[in-house]
Amino acid sequence: MSKAISIQPAADFERRSRAAVNDPAQQKNFRGAMDFLQGKRRAQFSDAAELAGLRDLGEAIRRFSLAHLPRLLEQLESRCCANGIHVHWAETAAAANAIVLDIARSAQARRMVKGKSMVTEEIGLNHAMQAAGIDVLESDMGEYIVQLAGESPSHIIMPAIHKTRQQIAALFAEKIPGVAYTDNVDALIQIGRRVLRRKFAEADVGISGVNFAVAETGTLCLVENEGNGRMCTTVPRVHIAITGIEKVVERVEHLAPLLSLLTRSATGQDISTYVNLISRPRQPGEKDGPHEVHLILVDNGRSQAYADAQLRATLQCIRCGACMNHCPVYARIGGHAYGTTYPGPIGAIISPHLLGLESTYPLAFASTLCGACSEVCPVRIPIPELLVRLRNEAMARPGSAQASLRGSGAARSPMLRALWAGWSVVYSRLGVYRLSSWLMSRGRALSPVEQGAWTRCRTPLTPAPRRLRDLLKERRS
Amino acid sequence: MSARDRILAKLRATSIPAPPLPDVAAWYDSRRRHESVPERVARLRASLQAAHAELHDTTHAEWPALLRSIAAAKGLRKLLIGTDSPHVEVLEHALDSPLPAHFKPGPQQGLQVVRYEASVDAWRDELFEGIDAGLTHARSAIAQTGTLVLWPDAREPRLLSLVPPVHFVLLDAATIHDDLHAAMVAENWKAGLPANTLLISGPSKTADIQQTLAYGAHGPKELIVLLRHAASGAA
Repeated sequence: MSKAISIQPAADFERRSRAAVNDPAQQKNFRGAMDFLQGKRRAQFSDAAELAGLRDLGEAIRRFSLAHLPRLLEQLESRCCANGIHVHWAETAAAANAIVLDIARSAQARRMVKGKSMVTEEIGLNHAMQAAGIDVLESDMGEYIVQLAGESPSHIIMPAIHKTRQQIAALFAEKIPGVAYTDNVDALIQIGRRVLRRKFAEADVGISGVNFAVAETGTLCLVENEGNGRMCTTVPRVHIAITGIEKVVERVEHLAPLLSLLTRSATGQDISTYVNLISRPRQPGEKDGPHEVHLILVDNGRSQAYADAQLRATLQCIRCGACMNHCPVYARIGGHAYGTTYPGPIGAIISPHLLGLESTYPLAFASTLCGACSEVCPVRIPIPELLVRLRNEAMARPGSAQASLRGSGAARSPMLRALWAGWSVVYSRLGVYRLSSWLMSRGRALSPVEQGAWTRCRTPLTPAPRRLRDLLKERRS
Repeated sequence: MSARDRILAKLRATSIPAPPLPDVAAWYDSRRRHESVPERVARLRASLQAAHAELHDTTHAEWPALLRSIAAAKGLRKLLIGTDSPHVEVLEHALDSPLPAHFKPGPQQGLQVVRYEASVDAWRDELFEGIDAGLTHARSAIAQTGTLVLWPDAREPRLLSLVPPVHFVLLDAATIHDDLHAAMVAENWKAGLPANTLLISGPSKTADIQQTLAYGAHGPKELIVLLRHAASGAA
């Protein structure tokens, strides 16, 4: 289980990526899944004008919400309180976990069930609860599979995308008592249903994320297909919803276009099977629903992105996963290689704020800047521009105007510095430039045959026998 | 200074020129089809059926018999219903009389009705293990996405539409809206929502195992809509 909060993704990113591209089974799983999800999304957006209009609207709503974020958070808090929902604020992952633990202790909770929530992965909730002796069971089928295998999700929408049904069949037969091997998908889902049904009935606390929080009504909006989210937010005595501070919108009507963009971009559905809008705990006379509802608003580095006019666009994200579904890098290395809770293009631009650039900068460099991500982003986040900006931050001199983030300058190395200092001397003095280019063309026979990563699949680079300026001189004469 | 105040202070330290409030209503108005009831019914039917739900046309007079015959055909014994709703009384009354001749009796006769009268805390195990189907009404529906709108309350609790493996829904054709935005405006959602509002667009499902669709993940395996048309009869 220790894999789930590896906070130093940089260290092993290259090794994990190489392992992933050399694993043909994983390559096939991801390629198949990406093709499937791309096709589903494409089928939803056959009307280009509709898509363009809807994206304009989605982007405008998210930008409006961020521009008014402090006011909307206060409005959300006061509406929720008026509705009987307890609101908590957490600056860090540890603070968020401490709040959950406090609530669990005062409810004398021993067992938690959790609906799919990326923020709880981000803060490492399961580990914090286990350390305190509280069981947390994942109830989304994909998350349940991943938890049973002792792994972490490899995709934000489809957590077990890296596994085949045969692998899942073997896992169930090994880990669930009394279950024989079957790779029939319906049978596997029914096994999961049976196991988890008991757990819903027994749990003291249900944990969920939030897709959108509506300030004007104090409403938490959750989307899902399975019904486990509804179970987690309805059956246990206490419901704790955990969300990033950026998820708030002002009006109920803002949900209409955002929900449409979210589900169509994510899984190619018109709408998810369930949209669950929670505004109050169980009311007098009601026979079910949680007696207590808590909302935890988590910053955990988001305010750093918020303070920067360019990087703020990162917070427009509605977590649909379309950027990773269309990313040529993600399709090849898969979600685990990133080593962060959020993989793919969105992971590369959000993780530096959550974890610091020092441990996450390689992700910003692992991109061809092809722009597929921003082309499909339902709220038009200019992801390639943000990647370039993060690369500059990673190379910036600490203390300079270009270094504004936690961990800025982390990618600087003495060798790179020396290399660029030399380059700068050569290219800013004409005499030195001429001399060095002459020397290069004369000494071309001395070019190394092994040129690191370049020659792994390419022929070595060798200077031309004659310089361009020599050729031009000859032509003119 | 509390965590709350520190977070808000950090956010307030950045002043952002406020963009105009997006005109969501204008976008939906410009694209709305303004369909007749039969047209909306047709779209709702297509979407719901595509999502693996059943939709049966019926009337205010005949739906109890229809429900009984479907339940009989599917072998359902125990039907969970709410309390104090007009349709609950109609159904209980109808159960006392024999099934009309034009409904085929199925293999499983004698539907037993269970009322959701006690708090879930008192009968959780029976609810989770001993019920075959639940019946709720839908407040309205959304044609564009094939969606049922439910506002659960003390009379029709939240789990009625979630825990039983089969979910019957009573829907009146006249309550179908064009799209989600139209429903929000017509029902004035911004004035306040109930404790729980549900949009349901099919039976529970998952594609988490190798993108293979499977129904009945955690919620109902079957969603059966009984669509009541106005007195002139079923369409």
